[in-house]
Amino acid sequence: MKIAIASGKGGTGKTTVATNLAYLLSHSGNRVVYADCDVEEPNGHLFLKPDWTQTINVYVKNPRIDHNKCDFCGRCAEVCQFNALAVLADRVLVFPSLCHGCGGCFHICPQRAIEEIDRLVGIVKVGNGRGVITYEGRLNIGEALAPPIIGFLRKTIEPFDLAVIDAPPGTSCPVIEAVKNTDYVMLVTEPTPFGLNDLILAVNMIRKLNLPFGVIVNRMGVGDDRVHEYCQQENVEIIMEIPDDRRIAEQYSEGKLIIDALPDYAEHFKKLCRRLIPHKTAGV
Amino acid sequence: MTREIVVISGKGGTGKTSIVGSLAYLFKNSIIVDCDVDAADLHLILKGDTGTANNFIGGKKAEIIPEVCNECGLCTEYCRFGAITEQDKTSKNNLIQYAIDEYACEGCGVCSLFCPVQAIKMKDNISGEWFLTETKYGPLLHARLGIAQANSGKLVSLLRKKAQELAADNNKQIIIDGPPGIGCPVIASLTGTNYALIITEPTLSAIHDMERLLELTRHFGIKTGICVNKYDINKNLAASIEHIAAGKGLKVLARIPYDSTFTQAQIKGMPYMEYTRNGISKHIEQLWQNLKEEIAVLKNIT
Repeated sequence: MKIAIASGKGGTGKTTVATNLAYLLSHSGNRVVYADCDVEEPNGHLFLKPDWTQTINVYVKNPRIDHNKCDFCGRCAEVCQFNALAVLADRVLVFPSLCHGCGGCFHICPQRAIEEIDRLVGIVKVGNGRGVITYEGRLNIGEALAPPIIGFLRKTIEPFDLAVIDAPPGTSCPVIEAVKNTDYVMLVTEPTPFGLNDLILAVNMIRKLNLPFGVIVNRMGVGDDRVHEYCQQENVEIIMEIPDDRRIAEQYSEGKLIIDALPDYAEHFKKLCRRLIPHKTAGV
Repeated sequence: MTREIVVISGKGGTGKTSIVGSLAYLFKNSIIVDCDVDAADLHLILKGDTGTANNFIGGKKAEIIPEVCNECGLCTEYCRFGAITEQDKTSKNNLIQYAIDEYACEGCGVCSLFCPVQAIKMKDNISGEWFLTETKYGPLLHARLGIAQANSGKLVSLLRKKAQELAADNNKQIIIDGPPGIGCPVIASLTGTNYALIITEPTLSAIHDMERLLELTRHFGIKTGICVNKYDINKNLAASIEHIAAGKGLKVLARIPYDSTFTQAQIKGMPYMEYTRNGISKHIEQLWQNLKEEIAVLKNIT
């Protein structure tokens, strides 16, 4: 079972839920992977504190022009949908950060003057964090495209039966890459107007992808009832509520797991596990 | 002279949008841009009459014409994004029927280019809408990226271009509410701006994310300042932020304590500074004053 933790709005508690869940499952005798797919700003490692044992480079294909063979016909720039090539009178400019690595220019070039080279865009790290098999994707700073790293990470963890996937915020392509083909999505929100607005966007996204999902309301008490009203109207299940407790914010700030530091909250997470994956959580 | 100030954070939920709302209130008559096109919230506190929706065509998507397709499967070999799916249902030749997975298709057009029977057409993809809303704080440019769409960076660039056009004839500054992260939409929000204001908080996550963002603003050579929100939730980590800022020669423009009224303003649907002049308002005012000083010394845009 692959469980994704997502949210429209950032900072609602995705990583808190994902790391605590992975830790609990792992310490109940399950072989579980925590995969940090928020590759622009991966934070799970701050809580699981893994010893990294392996680093895998992630590359995308970029064109390299052989100027001896090139006759500057301009076909490559014409087929490129991403403006990653500009053909001048005596040279061809490549803009690597715009290139999606589709291979169009490489295939079309009549002079066979283009070869494809690997360009490093980020890494995937593997380790063990407090008993949890931890994978983390990390986009290199200055690189624009997160999806290739998320896609690579998803492929890498495919063989595992039980995975907790920490998705990036938002509703666009990196999120889709992180949540697609998962078995269940938990949408974390907070009971505020921004939380609600972004939850609606996230629910619409998950419905379009046709994935089963439930909502976690974090910082209960901080705002109003509109998130609950919306969930009731839309028949969306609220699978967990986490109170607005300054102690949680303080433990979080230090990189501590709630279920470790505040054992009164462990039961919240145990209930969530039993409800979602009963066959896996006999030990919870 | 037009100046563009972008407010970013790396980590989400540090208070960017609420602070931008208050800055818009204090600056009066700025041009405001919500570049968090995935999850735009600024219009919820700035309100105003939303003008007509304008379509945003972010790129193209492939479409297979089943009647023309001869099911050779060559497209699946060319597609690098796994966007061509094989359908289960039996096709006309009892072979495989191919279709496009619209979420995986990046619109590169390679399948269409190499299809031997021209069975794949590239169609314009309306991937979002953008709006110009007149608010009492100034014009607000915002957008709604279509559900599960790509090209957020292009949409951000479009919003900024519209804002620059509006600003062209006068002296207004542009205030940009940026998205979380460091990738495509952040880069599009950041490039070519005059000043980046980072909103962080004293948590390990926010500091980790701020440090990555500081590398990014340095990479683009953009003058950067820091505002620490929820300053008092962890004194030690607040001190670390000061240390990092000092080490990089960056100014900490404000230290805003945690205050539950911050969320109350959002619930009332208005900028904090309009909601109350008590609470943490003096800290936000300080932020504004310091920000004005920071941008006053910027060189003219070339």
